Amino acid sequence: MFERNGRLVLAWTGVAALAFVSLTIGAGTLHLEELFSGSGGNASALLRESRVPRTLALVLAGSSLAIAGLIMQMIARNRFVEPATAGTAESAALGVLAVMLLAPGISVLARMLVAGGFALAGTFLFLLILRRIPHRSALVVPLVGLMLGGVIDSITTFFAYRYDLLQSISTWMAGDFSGVLAGRYELLWIGFALALAGYLAADRFTAIGIGETFAVNVGINYNRVVAIGLLIVSLITASVVVTVGLIPFVGLIAPNLVAMRMGDNARRSLPWVALTGAALILLCDIAGRVVRYPYEIPVGTVVGVVGGAVFLALLLRRERQVG
Amino acid sequence: MIEAISVTKRYGSSVVLDDVSVKIPHGGITAIIGPNGAGKSTLLGVMSRLIAPDAGHVTIDGMRVDQTPGAVLARRLAILRQDNHIMLRLTVRDLVAFGRYPHNHGRLSLADRDIIEQAIRQLDLDALGDRYLDELSGGQRQRAFIAMVLAQETDYILLDEPLSSLDVQKSVQMLGLFRTAADELSRTIVIVVHDIAFAANYADRIIAMRDGRIVADGSPDEVIRQDVLEEIYDVPIGVHHVDGRRLLAYP
Repeated sequence: MFERNGRLVLAWTGVAALAFVSLTIGAGTLHLEELFSGSGGNASALLRESRVPRTLALVLAGSSLAIAGLIMQMIARNRFVEPATAGTAESAALGVLAVMLLAPGISVLARMLVAGGFALAGTFLFLLILRRIPHRSALVVPLVGLMLGGVIDSITTFFAYRYDLLQSISTWMAGDFSGVLAGRYELLWIGFALALAGYLAADRFTAIGIGETFAVNVGINYNRVVAIGLLIVSLITASVVVTVGLIPFVGLIAPNLVAMRMGDNARRSLPWVALTGAALILLCDIAGRVVRYPYEIPVGTVVGVVGGAVFLALLLRRERQVG
Repeated sequence: MIEAISVTKRYGSSVVLDDVSVKIPHGGITAIIGPNGAGKSTLLGVMSRLIAPDAGHVTIDGMRVDQTPGAVLARRLAILRQDNHIMLRLTVRDLVAFGRYPHNHGRLSLADRDIIEQAIRQLDLDALGDRYLDELSGGQRQRAFIAMVLAQETDYILLDEPLSSLDVQKSVQMLGLFRTAADELSRTIVIVVHDIAFAANYADRIIAMRDGRIVADGSPDEVIRQDVLEEIYDVPIGVHHVDGRRLLAYP
């Protein structure tokens, strides 16, 4: 028990260290000594307006997406599902486009709720399709999700092309934190609060991950827990897509890495999943900022490359186990 | 008492349960036997609210299972079905701990921990408590699920083919455990079994099904007879009594 807490503290420290690194790098030079000299300078303004919001946004988005991924995996009872391989994220992006076309003036919160509604509908469609596939194998499930995501994505692209919005929509298709400033990321707190709510229901998500019969036997209302889970996943995805854009793979990799080390009991693993998600996205964002300094590679791209490789490794590992 | 009243269940055009009425009073071991497709598992599923019947209903201690909150039923009745394939990596102890969920909603008390450890011991899983289920053999996994159901401490325990992946030694051990649970803890145990010999020698009551109907219902003396078995299975199965036990001779 003590050892476990010790390791968790260590992990917290690691994420805090990454967060600190994230605070200190960027195109503008940060002179930390200005903070203490009281000479005014622009260090505190830079931190307050840009670096702290960006770092917070990374941590919030990374941990929320990781938890959303875990919940999605429990609902679909499949390891390889996450918002970006279940049509959820693409549907949220379609929702954003719908808002831009039909009600461009509405508030960001309303925009997030619309995107969340689209995400919910898209994910529900994914589950409906899954239900109709008999004897599905573990690998077919994410393939179905990727295909559904592709179809939704092409609908978005079609309308964006027709209405000359391709440029704007690309912002939502590739996650990027370079535009995060104070006042422009706060929606992510809502996603994070929902992720915390998911933690409160951790046992219920584990139970539905074991199976419907199992959950019903211990007195859990299966359909209600699935519905709540879908709502949490959709709104988290929407909050991230609306704020910084689509970030793939975090929800896939973080839960899988943690499960390998410490199993799937969500009550125990969820804090680790959240920390892993935060660390992963901080690392990728830092890498994106450093590789061609002072220019940036969007985090969505970096995560895509890193995540794609890890995803492949996970699939191959799985194949070996099965075969 | 579990009471099924005129329960009918259809899948498409085939009738799996055909107007079945049965009462299972408190206590003892009841075995449900019958050929494949007789409706045994479906009856168990309807009794435990997992399957909604097309007609009729089931009550447990007077409560209709389709109208009683799941959380209430989970403290009275436990059900374990055949397919226990799980994708999650959970330890045996994690799984057994879920048996306490209906009572504590995830907050394990010291008493809960005792009950969990006891169930693990009873199923001979002491050495495997921290092992992941996906690293275990089918029989060990089966025992872990049964430990979980026992930790649930319900009056009624419904088990669908609990012996299916166990060898003879473990099957006999398991039946002994059911006997103890029924006799000393006054649990009501209902099992679906394929092996007639186990039912013949360990059950207090046998319900035989065929084509969605109950065709025989009574003590082993009344059901385990050549004429009755032939009616159930369409094969003449000889029944002999040796040293107070029933010996079945397949043709």
